[in-house]
Amino acid sequence: MGAHHGPAKGMSRWLLTTNHKDIGTMYLWFSFAMFILGGAFAMVIRAELFQPGMQLVEPGFFNQMTTLHGLVMVFGAIMPSFVGLANWMIPMMIGAPDMALPRMNNWSFWILPPSFLMLASTLFMEGGAPAFGWTFYAPLSTTYAPPSVTFFIFAIHILGVSSIMGSINIIATVMNMRAPGMSYMKMPLFVWTWLITAFLLVAVMPVLAGAVTMMLMDIHFGTSFFSAAGGGDPVLFQHVFWFFGHPEVYIIILPAFGVVSQIIPAFSRKPLFGYASMVYATASIALLSFIVWAHHMYTVGMPVAGELFFMYATMLIAVPTGVKVFNWITTMWRGALSFETPMLFCLGFLVLFTLGGFTGLMLSIAPAVAGAVFSMTAAVYYWIPKWTGRMYSESMGRIHFWVSFIGFNIAFFPQHFVGLAGMPRRIPDYSLQFADFNMMSSIGAFIYGASQLLFLYNVIVTIVAGEKVGEDKIWDGAEGLEWTVPCPAPYHTFEVPPKIDAVSAHA
Amino acid sequence: MNFKTVAKACVVSLLVSGPTWALAQNQINMAKGVTEVGAQIYGLHMLIFWICAVIGVAVFAVMFYSIIYHRKSRGVTPAQFHDSTQVEIIWTIIPFLILIGMAVPATSTLLEVYNTDDAEIDILITGYQWKWKYEYLDEQGDNVAFFSNLATSQEEIYNTDAKGANYLLSVDEPMVIPVDTKVRFLVTANDVIHSWWVPELAVKRDAIPGFINEAWTKVPTEGVYRGQCTELCGAYHGFMPIEVHAVSREEYDAWLAAKRSEKVAQTAAAQQALGFEELMASGEAVYRAQCSACHGAQGEGGVGNAIAGSAIALGEVAKHLEVGIKGVAGTAMQAFGGQLSDVDMAAVITYQRNAFGNNTGDIVQPADVVNHKQG
Repeated sequence: MGAHHGPAKGMSRWLLTTNHKDIGTMYLWFSFAMFILGGAFAMVIRAELFQPGMQLVEPGFFNQMTTLHGLVMVFGAIMPSFVGLANWMIPMMIGAPDMALPRMNNWSFWILPPSFLMLASTLFMEGGAPAFGWTFYAPLSTTYAPPSVTFFIFAIHILGVSSIMGSINIIATVMNMRAPGMSYMKMPLFVWTWLITAFLLVAVMPVLAGAVTMMLMDIHFGTSFFSAAGGGDPVLFQHVFWFFGHPEVYIIILPAFGVVSQIIPAFSRKPLFGYASMVYATASIALLSFIVWAHHMYTVGMPVAGELFFMYATMLIAVPTGVKVFNWITTMWRGALSFETPMLFCLGFLVLFTLGGFTGLMLSIAPAVAGAVFSMTAAVYYWIPKWTGRMYSESMGRIHFWVSFIGFNIAFFPQHFVGLAGMPRRIPDYSLQFADFNMMSSIGAFIYGASQLLFLYNVIVTIVAGEKVGEDKIWDGAEGLEWTVPCPAPYHTFEVPPKIDAVSAHA
Repeated sequence: MNFKTVAKACVVSLLVSGPTWALAQNQINMAKGVTEVGAQIYGLHMLIFWICAVIGVAVFAVMFYSIIYHRKSRGVTPAQFHDSTQVEIIWTIIPFLILIGMAVPATSTLLEVYNTDDAEIDILITGYQWKWKYEYLDEQGDNVAFFSNLATSQEEIYNTDAKGANYLLSVDEPMVIPVDTKVRFLVTANDVIHSWWVPELAVKRDAIPGFINEAWTKVPTEGVYRGQCTELCGAYHGFMPIEVHAVSREEYDAWLAAKRSEKVAQTAAAQQALGFEELMASGEAVYRAQCSACHGAQGEGGVGNAIAGSAIALGEVAKHLEVGIKGVAGTAMQAFGGQLSDVDMAAVITYQRNAFGNNTGDIVQPADVVNHKQG
């Protein structure tokens, strides 16, 4: 053992590893694979919607695609990608040698691939894959579901277990393994946002597990949680689901906030403005996210008092969210800005998030999810020299940004208009007045989809043939402990805790 | 507009960076609606839109000013300020006040949406996979009920026929309501959750099995208003449109009276025997409207089993009637006994037993259906 102890050889390195960097790498690759798979489902959806009329797939299969697209993107792509980032970066950012619970870390990754294999295998089952949308409202997902729903329920349970274990690990690491002198208010914001996210996950994943367990009971054991015929209530399902589902939106976006809060100061060469208020804003968003769930259910017929409560609470979330945007922009104000690829993706995030936030006032979650992808991409470009010891191609990175930003906007902007003009969601075919915007949206989606292959190409070329980097600190404006270790980061870092100087580690 | 024009529009949009204005003839905003509540909601929508636009312009102006003038390549030295409690408090309180400004009108509109008092007409709307049933409630119990099915043909959907003007938005029997009258909708569902949405009437209410929701409208102008189901309800969620005809009071009364006498006529018709050709002709029409989406235009099957050569269609008549009237539990095959008139049921069963190569020669009469129902 000691500083020169390296990884094991062959497959056992990956199967048995307890190293946070190896596990982080596996999470990142797995989530990218899922991103491509979920993206392929989206391409089927957009291809069918390219023109009015049914051309490529049947309506039933279309619904299977929308369902799997949502599930794979949320649970397979975005969440694991941020867990991977947390695994790689949190120990290095707080000066810890590894995660607090390394064996559990291995386990929480390795139960993911089998559960997604099971979910994907439902496509080949009799009756087809789940076709009730990623929100799986009862009774469409119970009494009227295909037999494969049981496998779906089991897959959700396993994903939940994985997320809960991952979150406990992050909480234990951040609370116990900070280097001496690294007080809470000196932690980098990425660590802060993940700590808060981990608490959200531990609070709401069991609720989701409860919802699918009740479904299981209704389907196989004759209960009637969600069936009015037996004294239950289909709306109960929606309350339980969104009590999980709304915080889930913030689970996806909070780590993205953390990434942006690391990258914008680095390329503005100026400390983050309002560090403390960023922490408080994140915490208040997390708390508020527990009391706004029913704004996804305005039309189910709640009493008007309930409706008003959820409307006010939802509006309230705009306040801390606004604070965050103002802080980022003030960070840039009078800095010395440069626009390398990570910064471009962060600015892309900021633009989309601000516009999406306004529509958020007018109701929508899709922009938040998409924003998370931009921030994740920014994170990969920002830290890839640290992970691989090699630099990506700046010109290719910029091309990737512009192609995906333009493709994204062509894909999603028209959807605002068709939505306002009265096109319902999740339909496989539409009336003629929506034809032009849908065709535009499909073209944009194909461009956006293609840009992800460009991303894959950039990453592989960087790993294989990127220019080797010499210094520990790649970006001249970057701050934080991860920039004090060599590139690539050695297999073990901070076996002896670093000393945190009295000033500040985050700024 | 064809592919080429759209492609051109995409390119243009890149140039002018306003991806949408290039397609100005398309509707890009919310329908203003024809009702008073609709106008209020539209007003709120525009109010919030303009507030957001102003804030957005301010935020992006600051951001782009920084991007342009505070670049490293201009040789600027970065400032190092990073905190100001005063500023943080200001930009917490101002948005809060703006939100209160939005909440006040939003609250009064919402209260108005919920006020279903003093309605003159009650219509019970029931969502089925995949059609709507409208039942006009009558104090004497003489209700008028009918189903409203998609009128678009399978040939249009599968691109063998040209698509009509109201592709996917027209039905065989629309809901009819009088103008200038407060109409209350009682919304429920028979199977899964649906949602009844007509944007121009500013009504959107979920149809939940086992529960009844309320909504209302008061239409000032005659016309045809269209909408769609807006809660994912299974394979044909995209194919259950809503069509509402708002007509004058006299026209409405006449329509309702005609519906009532139709009901009487149907009961009488069920007592008469019909000829084979007549049953086959109307059976085909019923089949196309009710059965073909699941069982295939040529009875070849799809979501549902094939009718051509099927054991049920070639077997006992009683068993065939049983499936048609009571459905098959646990599948998408519904109980059509309450949805089709006895005449239509007899016609479609006759049709299924004699079309698609099922040459049984059986004739099922409306009386057989009535007898079967009575057991």
